[in-house]
Amino acid sequence: MIVAQQKPLEEINRMIDPYEKILIVGCGTCMTVCDIGGEREVALLSQALTLLQTTKGTKKHSFYISTVKRQCDPEFVELLKEKLSNTDAVLSLGCGIGVQAIAEKFSDLPVLPGVNTLFIGMTKEQGVWDERCAACGECHLENTGGICPITRCTKGILNGPCAGTKNGKCEANPNMDCAWIQIYNRLERLQQLDKIRQYYEPRNYLPLQRPKRFINNALYSAGETHG
Amino acid sequence: MVKSLFEEKLNSGKFLVTTEIGPPKGTDTSELINAIDLLKDRVDAINVTDHQSSVMRYPSLGGCLLIKERGGEPILQMTCRDRNRLALEADLLFAYSRGINNILCLTGDSIDVGDHKTAKPVFDLDSVQLIRMVKTLESGKDIAGNNLKGAPEFCVGASVHPEADFIEPQLVKFEKKVTAGALFFQTQGIFDLSSLRRFMQFASQFPVKILAGIIVLASAGMARYMNNNVPGITVPPAIINELAGTEKGKGLKKGIEIAAKSIKTIKDEKICHGVHIMAVGNEKIVPEILEMALAG
Repeated sequence: MIVAQQKPLEEINRMIDPYEKILIVGCGTCMTVCDIGGEREVALLSQALTLLQTTKGTKKHSFYISTVKRQCDPEFVELLKEKLSNTDAVLSLGCGIGVQAIAEKFSDLPVLPGVNTLFIGMTKEQGVWDERCAACGECHLENTGGICPITRCTKGILNGPCAGTKNGKCEANPNMDCAWIQIYNRLERLQQLDKIRQYYEPRNYLPLQRPKRFINNALYSAGETHG
Repeated sequence: MVKSLFEEKLNSGKFLVTTEIGPPKGTDTSELINAIDLLKDRVDAINVTDHQSSVMRYPSLGGCLLIKERGGEPILQMTCRDRNRLALEADLLFAYSRGINNILCLTGDSIDVGDHKTAKPVFDLDSVQLIRMVKTLESGKDIAGNNLKGAPEFCVGASVHPEADFIEPQLVKFEKKVTAGALFFQTQGIFDLSSLRRFMQFASQFPVKILAGIIVLASAGMARYMNNNVPGITVPPAIINELAGTEKGKGLKKGIEIAAKSIKTIKDEKICHGVHIMAVGNEKIVPEILEMALAG
């Protein structure tokens, strides 16, 4: 899932300054799972912003709240329409995609990001998420025992460890495991060490050229607008 | 065909000595030039570091050009941290066109350990891919497969870490570098000669020359700092204690003794083919170390 972090309250307060009526929109998918922008966080943020302007004596905003199932899906974003007639700006607690999906749908409305989108990750333990996929477009996990060196090695290199690994940790951060030590150990367990001995060519960055688009031909219906 | 004066020396069978200098942070190259003049006739080649420890400095290429101008033999250290494949290829063409024919191919330290922590790390290639890229350029093509008008030729080196606490993956990588075309290796700092001996039992099956990295420590504090901050370095407690036990101000003298003793043992016992002395800012003491180590 996509992992994000809420922006500091002061930064949000600065962003909303020009607007009076603000709709805070949560997202029912990733942002709910990582406790950053679901129904609960939308309500909490609304209260926190209200409290902040009361404390500062600058009471000029009115906050309204709503949470949609998925901000990245236009059909769910569409459901916001009736709530927007009396709104000056949307503060989205969706990831960067959510912010843009709302902005694309409602072109006359300012949409502000309430979170910083961080990475595609997995839940490690309660309250801890780890990045696991760089969306590189050419999955290499077959060769590395299911451990991604592009994401988990700070240098994202393909042909084995650098010399900076110490006590199984990374030179960039002594609290971070060296991906290549983990890959070596796992391949050894799987009796696949030949895979680390193999030479891997420089990565192909073509799939990473931005902006990316994916068309699933099985689902794509020609003639519809895909702008 | 021999591609450089240094390659000739690699093939000569003599005990090899290289050292390295770090370029200045700024445009004042006077100290760099002094170091070059002091060292150029006392060693077989001089490396110039490439933003060592990810600290921005005068470029390695610039330092190598100065070595050429002063009549020395440069080894261009080239890391993959700051340049993508186009920039690396272009720098290689330029280096060759200006008579720089030795190159040390490195992945490069992480951005996080340096002084530009918010910079974008490149790592478009790794060290093995960089060696392969050099060989591709030598074949008359760039790595996109286009023909070159005039191809470079390099004596290619790489690094290896014989004292890594988990050696097997390092040996795998070493072998990949050999297969890719590295002719010589300058190792990470060696503090325990038994690890070098063990490494050589493995490495001697390959037709490459190994130069043991000798770091000259100036104090116990410097050793501890390096352990905590410099990737790939682990100074053992015994050496730190030896340095800590010296009188104030005598640390460097002790460091010189330790380095000279290692070099002498490596040479006398023919453990490997030479040494690469890393004096880390104290380049002027390299001649003294060599006199102490190689006398008689």
